[in-house]
This record gives sequence, C-alpha cells and structure tokens, in this order.
Amino acid sequence: MQHKVIDAKDVVIRFAGDSGDGMQLTGTLFANTSAVYGNGLSTFPDYPAEIRAPKGTVAGVSGFQVHIGSYKVTTPGDYCDMLVAMNPAALKANAKWAKRTALVLVNEDAFDDASMKKAGFTTDNPFEELGIEDRTLIIAPISTLTMDSLKDSGLDTASINKCRNMFTLGMACYIYSRPLDYVFQYVNNKFAKKHPEMIAPNEKVLKDGFNYAANIQAVPNTYTVAPAENLKKGVWRNITGNQALAWGLIAASEKSGLPLFCGSYPITPATAILEELAIHKNLGVKTMQTEDEIAGICSAIGAAFAGNLAVTTTSGPGISLKSEAMGLAVMTELPLVIVDVQRGGPCTGMPTKTEQADLSQVLYGRNGESPLVVIAAHSPAHCFEMAFQAAKIALEHMVPVVLLSEGFLGNGSEPWCVPSMSEFPAIKPHFAKAEEAEGGFKPFKRDENFVRSWAFPGMPGFEHRVGGLEKNHNGVLSNDPQNHELMVRERAEKVAKVANDIPALTVDGPEKGKLLIVGWGGTYGHLLSAVSEIRAEGKEISFAHFDYIDPLPANTAEVFSKFENILVCELNTGQFANFLKTRLPQFQYKQCNKIQGQTFLVEDLVNAVNNIL
Amino acid sequence: MAKYTLKDFKSDQEVRWCPGCGDYAILAALQKTFPVVCEEKGIDKEKIVVVSGIGCSSRLPYYVSTYGFHSIHGRAAAIASGMKVANPELSIWQISGDGDALAIGGNHFIHAIRRNMDINICLFNNRIYGMTKGQYSPTSKLGAITKTSPYGTVENPFNPGSLVMGAKGTFFARSIDTELALSADIMLQASRHKGCSVMEFLTNCVIFNNGSHAEFSAKEVKADRTIVLKDGEKMIFGAEKNKGIVLDGHQLKVVTIGENGVTEDDILTHKPHEDNLGLQMMLADMKGPDFPVALGIIRDVPDITYQDEVEKQLEAVKAKAKVHSVDELLRSGSTWTVE
Repeated sequence: MQHKVIDAKDVVIRFAGDSGDGMQLTGTLFANTSAVYGNGLSTFPDYPAEIRAPKGTVAGVSGFQVHIGSYKVTTPGDYCDMLVAMNPAALKANAKWAKRTALVLVNEDAFDDASMKKAGFTTDNPFEELGIEDRTLIIAPISTLTMDSLKDSGLDTASINKCRNMFTLGMACYIYSRPLDYVFQYVNNKFAKKHPEMIAPNEKVLKDGFNYAANIQAVPNTYTVAPAENLKKGVWRNITGNQALAWGLIAASEKSGLPLFCGSYPITPATAILEELAIHKNLGVKTMQTEDEIAGICSAIGAAFAGNLAVTTTSGPGISLKSEAMGLAVMTELPLVIVDVQRGGPCTGMPTKTEQADLSQVLYGRNGESPLVVIAAHSPAHCFEMAFQAAKIALEHMVPVVLLSEGFLGNGSEPWCVPSMSEFPAIKPHFAKAEEAEGGFKPFKRDENFVRSWAFPGMPGFEHRVGGLEKNHNGVLSNDPQNHELMVRERAEKVAKVANDIPALTVDGPEKGKLLIVGWGGTYGHLLSAVSEIRAEGKEISFAHFDYIDPLPANTAEVFSKFENILVCELNTGQFANFLKTRLPQFQYKQCNKIQGQTFLVEDLVNAVNNIL
Repeated sequence: MAKYTLKDFKSDQEVRWCPGCGDYAILAALQKTFPVVCEEKGIDKEKIVVVSGIGCSSRLPYYVSTYGFHSIHGRAAAIASGMKVANPELSIWQISGDGDALAIGGNHFIHAIRRNMDINICLFNNRIYGMTKGQYSPTSKLGAITKTSPYGTVENPFNPGSLVMGAKGTFFARSIDTELALSADIMLQASRHKGCSVMEFLTNCVIFNNGSHAEFSAKEVKADRTIVLKDGEKMIFGAEKNKGIVLDGHQLKVVTIGENGVTEDDILTHKPHEDNLGLQMMLADMKGPDFPVALGIIRDVPDITYQDEVEKQLEAVKAKAKVHSVDELLRSGSTWTVE
C-alpha cells in the first residue's frame, strides 16, 4: 500500500485507557503540542466516576478527547478519527465514538483472556464483537515495546511499564505529524529538579514510539493539520476553564484593589479552582479550605463584611448546602461571588459528568424573596472574563452573583490569546463616602440603582450592624409590613438594574427570520458548530447565546420578537426555557434538551433544527 | 488613641431580653471590657466586631455600638473566621448560645478551635433553647424535662470545656452571669490570648429554665460548690476556705485541709499557662456532687494561630515570587506567540 500524507482540516483523537494508564496526561500533552504548533483546538477529559475503579473494568475507563483543526475549533468533536484504547475495557467503552473511517490503535499486550473477560467480551475477537472490524486497526504490543525500549535504562519494571503512555503518545505524534519538542520540554521541566534520571528514558520511549509507528505497515497514512490561519496576534496559551476562572477572580482583585478571599470545600468538578487560587499567594490571594460547604460561603461572607473581594466555589450539592447563607448575602447586601461548576444531579448524581441542571436551583433555591444575579461562562477561556464580570457586578452593585460553569468547561481546555489587563474596565466598589457617616451611617440607604454603600470594620464612624433579619434603610430591625414589602421590592429592583451594566444580547446571523437558536453556558461551541453546519446546508438560521441570565439583557424581547421560532437548547429538561416563559411569556419556546451527563453532539442540534426548518 | 468608656459601646437599640435574663450581665461585662481592650491593643472601636448566630444571646450585636453581624444559626464561628483572615487587625467577638455553638454550629466551633483562629468566643450556656420557647439543648442535663422531652431527655449533654480541650483548644475559661467582675476579667484575658479563646458563661433563663445553674451558683451554696481557679494559686475553696483539690493517682479528689493530715502544701497549684491538657480537662469536667464547678481561666497556652501563619506564608511566597501582576501571570509558564 502506498503511504500517503493527507492534509486534514481537522481531526478528533480520543485517548482511552484504565485510570492508571495515564491517558489524561497523554491527551493533554498531545493537545498542548498542537496548541504550540498553532492549531485551533478543544479538549474534553471524560473522567471515570472512581479514582481507581477495579483495574481493567469498564467503570475504570478514563478518556480524553481532543479536536485539533486548521481553524478556530469550538467543540471537542462528536466522533473521533482515531481511538486509542490501552485495554479491552477502554475499547468497549469507546468503540461507539469511532467514525467508520477511524483508526483504532490498541495495546495488544493488554488484550489477554482475563482482561477481555473483565471487560465483558464473550468472544476472542473484540473488534467483531463491537462491530468495528472494518476500521483501520493498529494492533501494537505497546507494553512489550516499551519494555524493550527501556530495558537498559536502569529503571525498574514498574517504572518502565508506566512509560507505555509516552510510547503511545510517540505513535500518535507520528501519525498526526506532531513535532516532539513540546513533550521534550515538558519532560525536562517536570523531572529536572527531582528526578533527572527520568528525562532520558521518557525522551527515548517517546522517540521509539514515534519511530515504531513510522516503521510498521499497519499505519497506512499519516496526516498533517496545518496551523490555524488569521489567528489573533499575541501571546497564546492553552487553558482550562477552572484555571481561567481562578485567574479571572485574581484579575478582578487586582483591578478593584481589594484582596481576594476564597472560602471553599473540595468538590468535583470545582476543586481545581480552589487549588489554582491556593498557588497564587504571590498575588495576595487568601484561600481557606473550610470544614464544610457552609463554612466555605460563611467565611467568604465574613471576608466580604471585612472588605475583601470574597468568593466561594462549589458544585451543585454544595449550592444546596450554601443556600441559607446565600440568603444571608442577599439580605445583608454584601458583594459575594458564588461559583457553581455544575455536574450531573440531583444529589450526588454523576460528579464527573457535565450538566446544566443547577440553573433553577441558583435562580429560585432559597427561602423567601431572594433575588441575586446569575451569569454563565460559555467556553473554558471565557471563564476568565465572566469571573471578572461576576466580581465587578458584585462589588459595584452590592449583590451576590452566581457564576455558572460546567464540568465540561472547567476540565476542558482551549487555546487562548491572553488579554492585557489594560483592556479590562476599572472596577469601582461601592464604598461609603465620608459624608455618609455624618449623623450615623445608614447601611441600607440606596442610590438611584438601589445599591447600598459598603463600609467595613476599620472605617471610623461607620459602625453598623447587619444580619439576616429584615431591617429598614437605617439598619434598624423592622417587622413593619410596609417596610418589608418595600425592602423586598428594592432588593429585586437592584438586581434588575444590573441589566443597565451588561452587554446587549447579540445575534449571530440575520436579525430576523424563521428560526433563532438560543443557548446559554457551555453549549456555546456545539451550537456554533451546529449553526455553521446548518448554514453549509444552505439554510438560514440565527443564533443568540446568553452569558447573562438574571437579569436578562435589556434587548432580549426585542431580539426574540423578530423570529418565527425560538429553539432553546440546554443540558437539562428545560430550565432556561421555563425561566424565559416566566420572564417573557409573550413568546413561544421550542426546546432541545439532553440529560445524559454528556455535552450535545453537533448532530443532536442539527437534527433538532432540521425538524423545524 | 481614643479613650473610651462603657457608654461608648452602648447602642441606641432597646435591649429586648426578658427581665432577669442572665444575658444582661454578660453584655454589661463586655461593654465594660471593650474600652480596656481598645486601650491595651492600641486600637479604635471601629476595629472591634461582634458576630453572632441565632438565638436569644445572638441579639447582642445590636446592643453594642461597634461593627456587628447577626448572622444565621450556627455559622458565627465560620463568619468570624473569614473576617479574621480577611483583616487580622480586627478584634473579633463571637456571641453564641449553647444551641448555636454546640448543636447546629458544632462543626464550625471545633474547627475554629482546631485552627486556633484568633477570635473570642463568648458561649452563653443556659442549657435550653429560649428563643424557640423551651426545647432541650446539647447541654441540657440527662433527664431534663422540656417541651420536646416531656418525659425527660435520654441523651447525655456536652460539657463545652471538654469539647474545647478535645479539640486541643488553647484557651478555656468559665464564669457565671452573676459574677460580673469575673466575667469581665476573663474577657480581658481572652482578648490578650493570641488564639481561639472560648469563654463559657453559665447564664440563667428565667422563663424556660429558671435556676439553670442554681445548684451551684445560688448564693447559699456557691462557695462550697464552685472554685475560682487563679494562676499560681492553690486550688482552695469552700465557705470555710478549707477544701482543696489534690491529685490522687490519676484522678482529682476533694480533700479537707486539716483532716487526715492534709496540709495546704498538698493542694494543687493552678497553672493555666502550662500545657497540661489532661489535668485541665479534668478541671473543666468537675461537677457536683463530688466536685466544685471550676470557674476562671482553666487553660491559656500559646500556640500558632491560623491567621498569623496565613500572613507569614503570604509574605514568604511574595518574597520569592517571580510573578507580580496578572499580566505577568497570564504570560507565565507554557505560552507561544503568534506574530
């Protein structure tokens, strides 16, 4: 067979293996290599539910999908062009994602009878059993080859065996014409200080994997994916949503001149934000890992009262625990950012899977009339901007702000042309002015936007008391019926007025027409890809994505009024659609929903649209 | 630095506790102590914060003219902790009842102690839920008849002192509402202590648990049934000043000076600043009929505090840091440039 080098516009690679096979690292290194090479890309780590499920079982399979392209890639891809399966369970769990044209690379050594049985295969041909025997199969004895490669390295057998993922990475780099420099650099940085003896073996096994793939007949063709064109000029990096979110908070701290305090309790998939913040003490960040979720938010409320930019980070079950304290932040009208990286629910649900089903909870899940601001990030890098915005709104409007992210965004990554902080607006916390202390500070006196002034301990003459009980403008406890109604309405009005400070809803495509497709949060990339496919079919469609949920952008009704159909797509049973029905009942909403702990596939969305058009 | 008097710490709010409530006396002691705290620490009153949870005693912040936070049930310690970390210069006073601190807030209570967060916790213990009108609390005595235990409770109470010692607390003191001078004194010692200071105030609830502590606090029995422990002094008590506490094997024992050859020299000397958790735990645990209830400062030992360690770490990391701004952070690590 003649070897061909095929120039591909984009390819999707899915690395899958046992939890201990190192597939997250392999995928990340492949992605970063491609990022540095200049490709557009999007990644999606698909973690197993258990840290170390029984070895070789389907439950223990860990996956990492990366989509690279010669253009700005917006999703990790529906189906893959190459599936790497390090054991039978990984093959079984992921075969359904392999395109008909896909390469399937397996570690032959792992396909012994016991492992096949453990993965649930009943015959001795897993490919036939899964119906993928017609794919291009690359069956390589990766464990043996790794062993041969490093037999003279001086490493013990266990350490050598751990290097099999680097051999695999080398093969993948050959097949997709990736330079190895980035991985060499990574290996050097990682081991230089503590384990310099690991550098040479890792480099060798990587090169041997690369060369092995070049020498065998089983790899029919190789591929190139050119760097993306017309990329924004500047410094780029690959970033996950959780990292971007943490950095966005630090950026807001710097802009506002207030120290950042984060009180949190570890919870999947939000923990990485707390971990990231904990690193940056150099920028004055204080993190407190508290005894529980409630102490997380309460310590943050205490820090807000004391004059810090206060944050608590969590996922859905943590929001449940924080609900009463969120009400306290509403009642005391303190600036507070509450981050919810959503996962599959209800209850413990599916911690490692993604979903958008906490929207109703954060909008309505508190006792009494308890409005707060709700905003959502739409891509990993976008988490930076939205974290900044969440802090800005909280500090300028004296209101708790919920920032919704999703497991898919938090763990997913994309290349990002880093901004300069000079491009970001100033943040002006609503500090009390000196004259407000005259005659006694009135903590709940409001300005024209219904915003109260912020005075904190250490400011002489502003001594005052706040708390969960209803008060009047002067801060005095009040059970007066008229006062309660007034305060309830004013707190709601304050949230509504935030609409004046947020961007208008924009429409991608014609401003009027037959169909407006609507989304919010992490479905953005998939919606964007779906819209572009639908247009490629010659159909007209418009797209509006909501980063700001409560309050809605002021022009929302105006935008909606120009379309015959509005299709609301979300990863829940219709929570945003229901919200729109209560806020803008004059419109009819069609829905496209998925509740599988997975992102949309672009084809799900294309099908939903084609049912209407 | 301003010189303050008690009056400077009275707010314009009408105090709304029941007539005869023990909480009045603790409020008075606190207002008497704050001017001294300001003077000793060289701070102005705007650096004093009073934080509370929910319950009768938790209304206290409204009655003090400092910064105050009347929060939600059980969470005062968590809120106070956040405040202290955010601004270590503040002198923070937490007010919690026995239900607030030991039932719904038990987790925050033990962790504030474990971290040795430099806050002053005033625990008002009247052994009853007053605000909800008379249900038993985690400190109600076994068998206590209350609205939710009409046939008596079937659970043992917490002794707050042993809980503090169990969490290796660095400061524990106890007073009774009627002992205003003693209460004010332990507040001042608590303010001086660097770390989490827990003060248990045994208070009376005239409405739902009248005589909460009368078995040892009543005038006619107090001298025999309580002992005020003082640093460096012999543990001697009793109306006749002839009873003392000795260590008998591994147990405490009450003896009478002059009987069975016991002399004053045999009596234990109180050393609250010595890290002797076992003995201090036994002292905190003493109760009738065999022992007097210990009052005063039972334990006051130095240790690292959470917020000091946070500040030290911040400075140490900053001193070594290569990244000093967000712009530098964004460009740190693995990046590439598109020209």
